[in-house]
Amino acid sequence: MPSKHFSRVNSGNSDLPFSYVPETSDNIDDTLIMKVTVASGKGGTGKSMVAANLAWALSETSPVTLVDCDVEEPNLHLFFPQDPIEREEVTVPVPSIDLDRCTFCGDCAGFCAYGALLVTKDRVLFFPDLCHSCGGCSLICLAGAIKETQRSIGTLTLRHISDRLHIVTGTLQEGDVLATKVIREAKRIAERPGWIVYDASPGTSCPVVETLQGSDLCLLVTESTPFGLHDLELAYSVTSYMGIPSGVVINLSDGRDKETRAFCEEKEIPVFATIPFDRWIAHVQGVGDLISRRDSFWKDRFIALGMACCSRVEEL
Amino acid sequence: MLLESGGAMIRLAVVSGKGGTGKTVITGAIAHVSTCSKVMVDCDVDAANLELILNPKVIERQEFAGMDTALIDQAACTACGICAGACRFDAIKTNGTSFVVCSDHCEGCGVCRYLCPSYAISMRRRVCGEIFYSQTHFGNLVHARLTPGAANSGLLVGIIKKIALERNSDCDLLLVDGPPGIGCPLISTVTGMDAILAVTEPSISGLHDLERLIRVCHPLSADIAVVINKYDLNIPGSDSIRVFCQNAGIPVVGQIPYDESVMDAVRKGRLVTEYDSPAAQAIHSLWDEILSTFGVRAFAG
Repeated sequence: MPSKHFSRVNSGNSDLPFSYVPETSDNIDDTLIMKVTVASGKGGTGKSMVAANLAWALSETSPVTLVDCDVEEPNLHLFFPQDPIEREEVTVPVPSIDLDRCTFCGDCAGFCAYGALLVTKDRVLFFPDLCHSCGGCSLICLAGAIKETQRSIGTLTLRHISDRLHIVTGTLQEGDVLATKVIREAKRIAERPGWIVYDASPGTSCPVVETLQGSDLCLLVTESTPFGLHDLELAYSVTSYMGIPSGVVINLSDGRDKETRAFCEEKEIPVFATIPFDRWIAHVQGVGDLISRRDSFWKDRFIALGMACCSRVEEL
Repeated sequence: MLLESGGAMIRLAVVSGKGGTGKTVITGAIAHVSTCSKVMVDCDVDAANLELILNPKVIERQEFAGMDTALIDQAACTACGICAGACRFDAIKTNGTSFVVCSDHCEGCGVCRYLCPSYAISMRRRVCGEIFYSQTHFGNLVHARLTPGAANSGLLVGIIKKIALERNSDCDLLLVDGPPGIGCPLISTVTGMDAILAVTEPSISGLHDLERLIRVCHPLSADIAVVINKYDLNIPGSDSIRVFCQNAGIPVVGQIPYDESVMDAVRKGRLVTEYDSPAAQAIHSLWDEILSTFGVRAFAG
């Protein structure tokens, strides 16, 4: 199914810390991958629902890695009962100050663009939440009083759902802010042959950009409300700025999608699927199940959505 | 009912953890049903939606400059590559003969400028959004638009809150529409608040995200309360949220039914409480309950 137009996996995966390799059947070229980000701008439009169902349906025939890049509020694992088989910490380097060597000159605090260091006449205060781990303070310290130590900011977990479906979840530690670093690490360990489906966080800022980097296509999930349309326009401006082709899924549709469709037509974005607002769907979601697992009608629809992604990428 | 009678300003943030639970609709409705003087701030700067229902008249706008970004002077650059080797953000790219800064990745630390032996790198101001100061029927609104794809949303949130507070210090209520998530913009939003209203919905992700949100907000001095939106879409799910809140010692101050009139109102650019509906009635009760809950607890202090 993935074609020669899709980006190739970098060689040398064997040194990655996560040890799984999805089973592949003989007719699939295991050096080919298709990367799709599911994003939305507005929260609660059903990104995770689309990502989880798409991954589940496609894994019927192809190897799929589902990556939860909504590291502030990761939810994909809630749709799958399996416990993680591997876990790894995400750490960042932060300064550690040797007060015996420190001359309290204040150069480090003067250099720090983020205000993470404060030097008084006999003390150095470090605010880890403000630190971006640039390494500048340890470079600039003439007394050699600053070394770097590792600080944990989150975790990565791997779940084995089936021979063809794996889930990588990035989780930002509560109270920490370096979401992009956790996203980058989750994407790094998920780099595998087959489909890779990234579930982005809501919004349009740095975590979404980090998730989108390197994607072949972005599925923009929206809903037929003025909020949904407004935020779809913002999310589309991110994908077009990054040069990533996109397609739209209208979720929670009550049939009043005229303005959303008009926007898509004007920008020449294909509408790949429309999913109605339906109490049965809401119920299935609410109890942590997937509509594509419950009903083969929906499984076929999500496989078709995957095929539409492929055709769109080939066409461009 | 201290809130209705004046006194020191009360700072209330409406947040959710999970996106799309109804923060903005509820914030707009509170702006409508509360009778005290107020200033509003839309801290969801990535995707600001409060303006769609409060019909603000913009009276002032200003540029938002985030962290500086590095710029390499190609004439002075000797292509030694020291900068690219030292950059922790992979922001300096090369084609083998020249080096350029990818401004999307640059976090403005200044390490490259410090290390450059040819003094070819300077730090430049970068505009990455716009701040609006507006009037609405219910009070002033400070909102912003972060350039799509830009960083520094937490910094922008801090700035617009500061503008709202400085210019409206005589108001009784600072009403904040928060961002989804629990990261940088959320922490910037809830810092310094007196009260936090967490809007959740009865789904497993709604509860999971609420739990993470509460753990982030707990160390703050603010009082926290929960409202369950669309509670009737999953009654057992709503019961689980109540059990969690009870165990965590957090009051549930309201429940709002799923009601199509909510989106009918939004489509007209109106507030749900401008019409009579089950959701509107539930929001009126919610506000009364917020007043009595926080009125005794946070608002009395």
